[in-house]
Amino acid sequence: MLTCQQLTELVTEYLEGRMSFWRRTQFQMHLGMCKHCRAYIRQMKTTVATLGQLPQEPVPPDLKDELLKRFARMGPPEQK
Amino acid sequence: MSDRAKTLEGAPAPSADEAVPDAPASASDLALIARLRARDSKAFSDLLDRYHGPLLRLALVFVPSRAVAEEVVQETWVGVLDGLDRFEGRSTLKTWIFRILTNRAKTRGVRENRTVPFSAFSDQDGEHEAAVEAARFKPNGMWGVPPRRWEDDTPEKLLMTAQAVQHLEHAIAALPPNQRAVVTLRDIEGLDSHEVCNVLEITETNQRVLLHRARSKLRAMLEEYVERK
Ligand SMILES: [Zn+2]
Repeated sequence: MLTCQQLTELVTEYLEGRMSFWRRTQFQMHLGMCKHCRAYIRQMKTTVATLGQLPQEPVPPDLKDELLKRFARMGPPEQK
Repeated sequence: MSDRAKTLEGAPAPSADEAVPDAPASASDLALIARLRARDSKAFSDLLDRYHGPLLRLALVFVPSRAVAEEVVQETWVGVLDGLDRFEGRSTLKTWIFRILTNRAKTRGVRENRTVPFSAFSDQDGEHEAAVEAARFKPNGMWGVPPRRWEDDTPEKLLMTAQAVQHLEHAIAALPPNQRAVVTLRDIEGLDSHEVCNVLEITETNQRVLLHRARSKLRAMLEEYVERK
């Protein structure tokens, strides 16, 4: 039987789908019986989802203009 | 790399500790490349919008200052334009663009005297770091101080204030560089594990260990933040 502490070290392997069948079964049995570990996994999934929602910086308009000009000046690709 | 990829073709799947061969460009990558080669400026403008922020984030892992990171991203875009007509689709477009960045950023990091020891990955993997502090478990390994359900457990609610965003950004910046690089590419930019291995030239196992350490720390930080509120 897995302990809660062991489970916290195996979470990423589990979420990455990299566990053997037997390990996965043990892991899921523990989760079925342990609401604390269910809360832990849920926090972990929320953390990952939250990272995916962090705001991204936009391209500075000056740089965008400059690169688009550069792109416009490029000739057609060389024929091989 | 291409030779290596060839020798792996038809061979059994590489074991977890071997270098990961590139996945080829997808159909949508190839369609986008075709538009760029036809000099479709909307296609290039979309590419800039999509990747500029992510490139800046990754550059900041390797170089000491924002000013240098911005330069590295600019150089990367120039590199993308220079290489566009030679891109052969042996890797995904994302992998190719991020790799141009990491190459420039690493060179720059060396020049600026900040060498992120990516070559010495094993020293910094945090093999022996615990995901959760041992004090929270009973001697039998069961929870002593268990995690609680977060009331507002959607990303939108967690990131509602500028302060919360800043808090999380600080925690990411405080990670060891290799953990930060992996979690940035995987969870913030949404690359799959294969692409992350290709961009950073690390093995699957290494990727997973680094991701595990990074996510565990960031969860702990968010937990603290949520409970303090
Ligand atoms: Zn448990």
